[in-house]
Amino acid sequence: MQFWIIQGLNSLSLGGLLFLLSSGFSLIFGLMRLANLTHGAFFMLGTYFGAIAMRDYSGLDLWVTAIGAGIIVAALGGLFERLVLTRLKSNPLGQVLVTLGMAFIISDACLVLWGGDSIPVPTPHYLQAPTRLFGFVFPTYRLVLVGIAVAAAIGLYVLIDRTRLGAMIRAGVDDSQMARAVGIPVSRLFTIVFCLGAGIAGAAGVLGGPILSAYPGLDADMLPLALIVVILGGIGSLFGAFVGSFIIGFIYTFGTVLFPELAYIILFLPMIFVIAFRPQGLFGRLGT
Amino acid sequence: MTISRRQFVSTLAGASAASLASPGLSFAQGSGPIRVGLLAAKTGPLASGGIDMELALTMFLKDRDNTLAGRKVELIVADTAGVPATARTKTQELVEKNNVHCIIGPLAAFEALAIIDYLTEKEIPTLGVSAAEDMTQRHPSPWYVRLTSTSAQCTYPLADYSLKELKYKKIVTIADDFAYGHEMCAGFQRAFEDGGGKIIQKIFTPLATPDYGSYVAQVKTDADALFLGTAGSNGFRFLRQFIEYGLKDKIAVIGGMTALDESVLRNMGDEALGIITTSWYSATLDNPLNKAFAPAFRKQFKYDPGYYAASTYLSGQVLEGALKTIKANAEDKKALMAAIRGNNVDTIRGLVKFDEFGNVIGNVYIRKVTRSDGRLVNSVIKTYPDVSQFWTYDKKEFLKNPVYSRDYPPAKNLEL
Repeated sequence: MQFWIIQGLNSLSLGGLLFLLSSGFSLIFGLMRLANLTHGAFFMLGTYFGAIAMRDYSGLDLWVTAIGAGIIVAALGGLFERLVLTRLKSNPLGQVLVTLGMAFIISDACLVLWGGDSIPVPTPHYLQAPTRLFGFVFPTYRLVLVGIAVAAAIGLYVLIDRTRLGAMIRAGVDDSQMARAVGIPVSRLFTIVFCLGAGIAGAAGVLGGPILSAYPGLDADMLPLALIVVILGGIGSLFGAFVGSFIIGFIYTFGTVLFPELAYIILFLPMIFVIAFRPQGLFGRLGT
Repeated sequence: MTISRRQFVSTLAGASAASLASPGLSFAQGSGPIRVGLLAAKTGPLASGGIDMELALTMFLKDRDNTLAGRKVELIVADTAGVPATARTKTQELVEKNNVHCIIGPLAAFEALAIIDYLTEKEIPTLGVSAAEDMTQRHPSPWYVRLTSTSAQCTYPLADYSLKELKYKKIVTIADDFAYGHEMCAGFQRAFEDGGGKIIQKIFTPLATPDYGSYVAQVKTDADALFLGTAGSNGFRFLRQFIEYGLKDKIAVIGGMTALDESVLRNMGDEALGIITTSWYSATLDNPLNKAFAPAFRKQFKYDPGYYAASTYLSGQVLEGALKTIKANAEDKKALMAAIRGNNVDTIRGLVKFDEFGNVIGNVYIRKVTRSDGRLVNSVIKTYPDVSQFWTYDKKEFLKNPVYSRDYPPAKNLEL
């Protein structure tokens, strides 16, 4: 029983982290129809910013650092979108290649700047003691992370569903040509969404830091997870990304625990089935 | 990709002229410098170790004014990126384009395995630092020696120490899911169970495991200790989760030769204190050669040398010893190889000898993480002298068994 509860909580916390990672990817994919392969690198950049900032200025608050890293990564993402991606608008394959190239550049730059060692992101001291509940021991920070993921999901839902900006984004997702025709500045929208997506990834990188640490290769570890979540949940669907994150969180956790040799098979098999039988993903829509 | 190979050509023309002119230095028919190739992963996930390998070897040569046994040395560093195919290409380049006389490295077993047949065919003396057991057991090469340790060599003394001094009876092992991790755990298990202990759980985690939470939560807490057989930064990330799950008070941690390497320790905090590991080296080793090396390295690069830095410095020392024996005539590769294998050289890790398979017989140190001058160090608490890759086992019997793996020797005491 203890096994199921502890691993269930593990699944939840991994799911929360995955949502923070993949919601930005989903937003960008949904609106721009762009598989942004730099996303893992944005995440890693956030983790490194957090790790370095908190190492060099001890006493810096994790939450403040996360917001700061989010803003910096958002700005970098915005520059990248404005300066490079807009020029390749009519060339989707070129865009994907450019994002992949950018991912390599960022990961090599991180290696040059910060070396090959793992750098920890400290857990806030008031969350360091494990939580003891009904005789179970569980890391407090992971529980908090689930809360943050849920809060982020609600925040994004409100933004997309209840605001004017959100309405414009939804219009762009559904039919970008029609949106353009009625006067929505889709191009500017692209930049805003790209910044938002990159920023969420950067902040998520810091928030994931206490669990993952900053290390070379973090980007390559995280990108496939973001891809799986978004493809499983449905392209462009935030709700899909939310559900997908927790499904993958559970599959990954129980897969690695129960059948450790098959961890990656168990992770990718559901994705292959979903693509084969429901190409639009669990909550995606076809025909846009 | 970029071509990240740098050439360290001696720039001191004056010094070179001086050594040419000085009498009494005997170098025979060879013309030009001795060319040494270093294969190190300077990019990619193994970069941290690869960069240390280059720094230490460069430092070794610089201390000697780029001159070994009276002859100039040119170091050519090739970046393998930690990829076997790249290692193969770069090796070919070193041999055929740069005409190297010998090669030091590479680090990862899969890189070494990718190039060893080629090096044997080309008859290039190779001073290896990677750990794959069979390279000096069932498939040795006359052109390959290993100066560090096989995957399991350092774990035998730790198993002995766990049984006799720490009085552990039940241990859980956790290691990276690739050959190095399998071989290391297998060797530890063999020595520990032969001495009466029990391995009650074996966990292997993928080399790229972003989150160790689900593995940490499985560890059987009724064990006396957890053996950590990780490489690179994985041990460090595992331990952090281990603590967050409140396990540190319940179960002791011991580790293999890379788990808490100096390169990992420098980013850790008090959570590492008291952990006991085994290795063929420690930056705190109290011998004159290491006293000259480790503090100088620390002074220059602001951190302690560990496995990787020590491995190439050690290679330099063994190479220098051999070159002195053959009067710097590196062109005679057979003589060079024979001298490398035949010499007993005093090094930063103590006296280094080789068995007939080309594997080192040398001291293994049991170390404990302590705090000294404000930083974490691996303090030596016991020395096992002249440990062989066969430990106390009969060589012939040892080689009749299959090579260590995930399932060999079989674990008979696992608790479900």
